[in-house]
Amino acid sequence: MSGTFLGTPAFPTAARTALGDSQLRRNLAHATGTIRTKRAGVVGEVDEWEQLRLAGAAIKERVLRHLPDYLEQLERSLTAAGATVHWARDAAEANAIVVGIAQRHGTDEVVKVKSMATQEIELNEALEAAGIHAWETDLAELIVQLGDDLPSHILVPAIHRNRAEIREIFLREMGRAGKAAPEDLTDEPKQLAAAARAHLREKFLRAKVAVSGANFAVAETGTLTVVESEGNGRMCLTLPEVLVSVVGIEKVLPTFEDLDVMLQLLPRSSTGERMNPYTSTWTGVTPGDGPQEVHVVLLDNGRTDVLADPTGRQALRCIRCSACLNVCPVYERTGGHAYGSVYPGPIGAILTPQLRGVGSDPQTDSLPYASSLCGACFEVCPVRIDIPEVLVHLRGEVVDAHKKASRLPSVQDVAMKAASWTLSSAARTERAARAAGFGGKLAARVARRDPGGRTVLGAVPGPAGAWSDSRDVPVPAEESFRSWWERTDGGRSRTSDSDSDGGRS
Amino acid sequence: MNAREAILGKARRALADVPDVEPVLDVPVVRPTPARDRTHEQVVDLFDERVADYRAVVERATGAAAADAVAGALAGRTPIAGSGPLRILVPPGFPPELVPSGIEVVTDGPDITVSDLDRCDGVLSTAAVGIAETGTIILDHGPGQGRRAATLVPDLHVCVIRADQVVAGVPEAVAGLDPVRPHTWISGPSATSDIELDRVEGVHGPRTLHVVIVGPAG
Ligand code: SF4
Repeated sequence: MSGTFLGTPAFPTAARTALGDSQLRRNLAHATGTIRTKRAGVVGEVDEWEQLRLAGAAIKERVLRHLPDYLEQLERSLTAAGATVHWARDAAEANAIVVGIAQRHGTDEVVKVKSMATQEIELNEALEAAGIHAWETDLAELIVQLGDDLPSHILVPAIHRNRAEIREIFLREMGRAGKAAPEDLTDEPKQLAAAARAHLREKFLRAKVAVSGANFAVAETGTLTVVESEGNGRMCLTLPEVLVSVVGIEKVLPTFEDLDVMLQLLPRSSTGERMNPYTSTWTGVTPGDGPQEVHVVLLDNGRTDVLADPTGRQALRCIRCSACLNVCPVYERTGGHAYGSVYPGPIGAILTPQLRGVGSDPQTDSLPYASSLCGACFEVCPVRIDIPEVLVHLRGEVVDAHKKASRLPSVQDVAMKAASWTLSSAARTERAARAAGFGGKLAARVARRDPGGRTVLGAVPGPAGAWSDSRDVPVPAEESFRSWWERTDGGRSRTSDSDSDGGRS
Repeated sequence: MNAREAILGKARRALADVPDVEPVLDVPVVRPTPARDRTHEQVVDLFDERVADYRAVVERATGAAAADAVAGALAGRTPIAGSGPLRILVPPGFPPELVPSGIEVVTDGPDITVSDLDRCDGVLSTAAVGIAETGTIILDHGPGQGRRAATLVPDLHVCVIRADQVVAGVPEAVAGLDPVRPHTWISGPSATSDIELDRVEGVHGPRTLHVVIVGPAG
């Protein structure tokens, strides 16, 4: 993949382009709507869902607040189980470790399990630069890679592509990367999947080295976990001789038992399934079964900076389920590329600026404004990350950073543009909201969040003030967010813009 | 300073606001205790229903009928080679009385290469535990279950699980697992929804999952 998020225009510009793409918007609306409905169904089956969320949040919070201890424990358990542990401060260090391992084994290719961490460090590009092909084996990632494209969603990275496009990409590109697609390939999903199966099987069967991420890493036992659907994960994790897993340091869980909470929360929040088709766990090396050389790269790459902000820290609880993307009215209209990061949607809007730091890049600085603060992301988040709280907090940081460096010409500009874009998007939502009393709920929510007693938005200084002023609307009667959401289809039902009774039946 | 020291040091400084107490006391975790009001029979019924929900084939069988069910799962399948008997991978420890006649048995083991696996038409296995609420089978790759690759590469997976191995939910299952062993959680056949969210069974793992639940009453 030669595509990179570097140089993506700031969110307002990128979003405007995306908004003009009606195909993209249709695909997104369909996808997010479908997953949302499925999720609601399977979450509704679990009586103790709220307690599970609380437990999930507490487990991650415990890890984060005592991270050094848990990391040392994880290192000890992994080593005792026969794995080799590496530490990487940044992308360059992590990439060098993986490239070094592949080179030591004299291979010119690795197979990869879909992993956000390796996308974040642009491992594929680093491997390619060293003459090692990195084959993505998740179907969606394969589509993205062959299409020389960028992922646009955490869970379904090729959601912006339709079947006809996928067929064309397969016909054009598969032959160049290995086994060609059959000439009579149609755009039936079944056939497309079969072509991917044949194309990738060749690679799985001969691969010597595999690279994965991990959804969870258990400190107590050294157990790593990968959650997936297609079996490509299992292929990579068991067939090659060597396995390298790049694991963000925030992925730690204290105990094996904690997997029980996480494996209940993740699949239901993510794909809206009771359980994903395949989950693999492995603890170091198992003699006679699977890779006999196992490496784990513990990756910082900005995570300790996120850790240093007591408000922003909670973003590291994220288990990458993507539920927040699917409920976000802004994401749904713009798609993932506009966020200019491997982490799109609400979580991307709070994680990316923290990982990269604010005050130097207009793209990054615009992200905390890529939200209408409706709060839907918090309500679905399985580990209860208060995304709106962190967004508001980061807006303050962006403004402060720009005040300090006010000689920069772009400063006011960026925040203003971002605010005005959000404002125009928010205005639409708000017309519906006001009629429905949603604004009241919103105002109550953010006001309650302010430790100083003032409304949070009023407290945001500088250019963002223009944004927050506009939110200072008379408070209408409240309606529960859920009922508003259902009635208006998440604010998407057009009629609700002008008609207070415009909910869909 | 090496990367390890640098990261741990930075993390310690980042957490200056956190009091130096036991993690457990600092952030208590309250796990929900799910209400369990089903009889074991109902739990097994639910398992049956939920596995079927994933478009897996599920059968209940008692005693001798189990062997027929396994044989039935293989019947009608075309061998990869096109002629001759089906080549079926059978892990050591799989109950011999359940292995049908008329097939070529390939015994799983470390000397079976990946391409050997790829030439098998199917695999038989037992399981370690089943989860009713999620319709999940967990393999811990003990006797009868084969190495992890064994139940992955062939296109058909016939899994035999005893009714008494089925538990109600995820917590009960996790509590009974040995963390040192590798585990494979299987919920339905391999599937993808990556193309316009259309669910397609069978990308890389077995395209068909056939589960036989053995005894008591079925
Ligand atoms: S922030 Fe929460 S909802 Fe969003 S991806 Fe992470 S865990 Fe899921």
